[in-house]
Amino acid sequence: FTQLCFFCQFSDSAGYVGFANLPNQVHRKSVKKGFEFTLMVVGESGLGKSTLINSLFLTDLYPERYIPGAAEKIERTVQIEASTVEIEERGVKLRLTVVDTPGYGDAINSQDCFKTIIQYIDNQFERYLHDESGLNRRHIIDNRVHCCFYFISPFGHGLKPLDVEFMKALHGKVNIVPVIAKADTLTLKERERLKRRVLDEISEHGIRIYQLPDADSDEDEEFKEQTRASIPFAVIGSNQLIEVKGKKIRGRLYPWGVVEVENPEHNDFLKLRTMLVTHMQDLQEVTQDLHYENFRSERLKRTGK
Amino acid sequence: PCAGPVESKNEAAMSELVPEPRQKPAVPMKPMGINANLLGYIGIDTIIEQMRKKTMKTGFDFNIMVVGQSGLGKSTLVNTLFKSQVSRKSSGWNREEKIPKTVEIKAIGHVIEEGGVKMKLTVIDTPGFGDQINNENCWEPIEKYINEQYEKFLKEEVNIARKKRIPDTRVHCCLYFISPTGHSLRPLDLEFMKHLSKVVNIIPVIAKADTMTLEEKTEFKQRVRKELEVNGIEFYPQKEFDEDLEDKTENDKIRQESMPFAVVGSDKEYQVNGKRVLGRKTPWGIIEVENLTHCEFALLRDFVIRTHLQDLKEVTHNIHYETYRAKRLNDNGGLPPMTVETEENHESNL
Repeated sequence: FTQLCFFCQFSDSAGYVGFANLPNQVHRKSVKKGFEFTLMVVGESGLGKSTLINSLFLTDLYPERYIPGAAEKIERTVQIEASTVEIEERGVKLRLTVVDTPGYGDAINSQDCFKTIIQYIDNQFERYLHDESGLNRRHIIDNRVHCCFYFISPFGHGLKPLDVEFMKALHGKVNIVPVIAKADTLTLKERERLKRRVLDEISEHGIRIYQLPDADSDEDEEFKEQTRASIPFAVIGSNQLIEVKGKKIRGRLYPWGVVEVENPEHNDFLKLRTMLVTHMQDLQEVTQDLHYENFRSERLKRTGK
Repeated sequence: PCAGPVESKNEAAMSELVPEPRQKPAVPMKPMGINANLLGYIGIDTIIEQMRKKTMKTGFDFNIMVVGQSGLGKSTLVNTLFKSQVSRKSSGWNREEKIPKTVEIKAIGHVIEEGGVKMKLTVIDTPGFGDQINNENCWEPIEKYINEQYEKFLKEEVNIARKKRIPDTRVHCCLYFISPTGHSLRPLDLEFMKHLSKVVNIIPVIAKADTMTLEEKTEFKQRVRKELEVNGIEFYPQKEFDEDLEDKTENDKIRQESMPFAVVGSDKEYQVNGKRVLGRKTPWGIIEVENLTHCEFALLRDFVIRTHLQDLKEVTHNIHYETYRAKRLNDNGGLPPMTVETEENHESNL
């Protein structure tokens, strides 16, 4: 283990205390403990949310999925469904919870469809606040929503009125990452136009989406900039393997060609995945330091506690 | 089906015929039927040619409405269907297109000509439909517009001094655009089609079909057809209006296999295998709009324009309009809405 060697190497030099090793210790403890992350997924039916989540985490989070018909949807309200999956990679354990919101935007009148979602997010904050103020704080479970992928339709001309209302209501409660799925329905030009339109409308309405922090000294500045410039990410999801030039890759097979999920020239899937996994820590921090603190101060102000 | 007075049916047939004449027989036809004492060729069948010539001279009206959420490619598709810029959107939305707060009805007329035949095509757009957060009853302005056209026609028909050829603004065909979610219809789709299939010919189409693989397309179409059936929605061509066995066979195939047509529209041309084709260029290939292995645009075009255009008008006139007329007369105690109308009233009512 390199950390030990590092420690030995410098333990004799004068003035060296050794707490530079602290990040490594934190890191080792975290690896042992494992990470928790809650990702919420919001968007109308049929925008490719489930396929994308399955593609991102190389899993099938929805094995017995039932898709209701239109007549059933008329009566349905927005549900909150949380699925948890444990993913392990190179000794690092991740306990990922994906929170789905089926029914969102489906009804003819979608006026109240995000109330349920706001309530859920607030409830998690409430629970955490309660646990934090409690006596036994050793095993606080963090079920707060760390990130919300909001799916924008690739079939529209930009944001819909519902998209604007949702984001305005939730940008103070959760990190919003706008995503355009089923991006293979757009030509490159249309994609650029749509992205620009969405960004314009986001700025026009004063919507605060999740901002990538500036690159650290050891990070690739240019790559960071490229990633930032790709938001909202236009992605394609698939877990079907297709043979292309002798290799088996994940993609979608059309009569006119094959769309490759992991081809950066086809879509932003890799960028989105990289962004998510390299920013899990930051997303959690911003949730804690910004959104949760906002909730907490509002809450305490109200009850005068 | 002759649901209306014989007189008006002939009028409709006379003034607007499909410009596809039957060949004059090279050999005199064998006598057929009860009055078969024909000893030679008379030339009755030349009436087809006379009607055709008349049609070419007068031209004909066709009114097509497009309904669906913003961004489903309605304007592009109509432009592709008629190979002209007949819809208000030009290629590439450079202009600021704000979603209107209520459903608007925008009718734009064009005269297009082909092979000496003039068509006065009116495209009726419905911006704002299904785009709001609360879309309750958003089909009402559309239903109102359709009924208003029937009313206009009725008023003209019952007029004492009426025009030789009543201008026909009635909606002959309503293309309803279904979002290609791959899941099922949306509640709004059901509600719209339930209400409107009773007053107008609805042809459901699956928009932006290049988002689905062949498998997904087949599954989705099956599911949509099933949902429409289960909910009692009769889209055009309606089963009850099949005139004979030939019609029924042809239409059954269309109803049970082809529809709803999964289409892709485009007004841009690309070079493919030495030919210039209408298509969409992506990093993974060119989607050819008129290639049947890519999408069903050509089927829709042939269906609406090349084979069923006249029937669309006839069903509108003989069924939907007559239903409206009968209801109006019944409401009025069996009397026509207006028996006396001065020139002034007439003008202001149009």
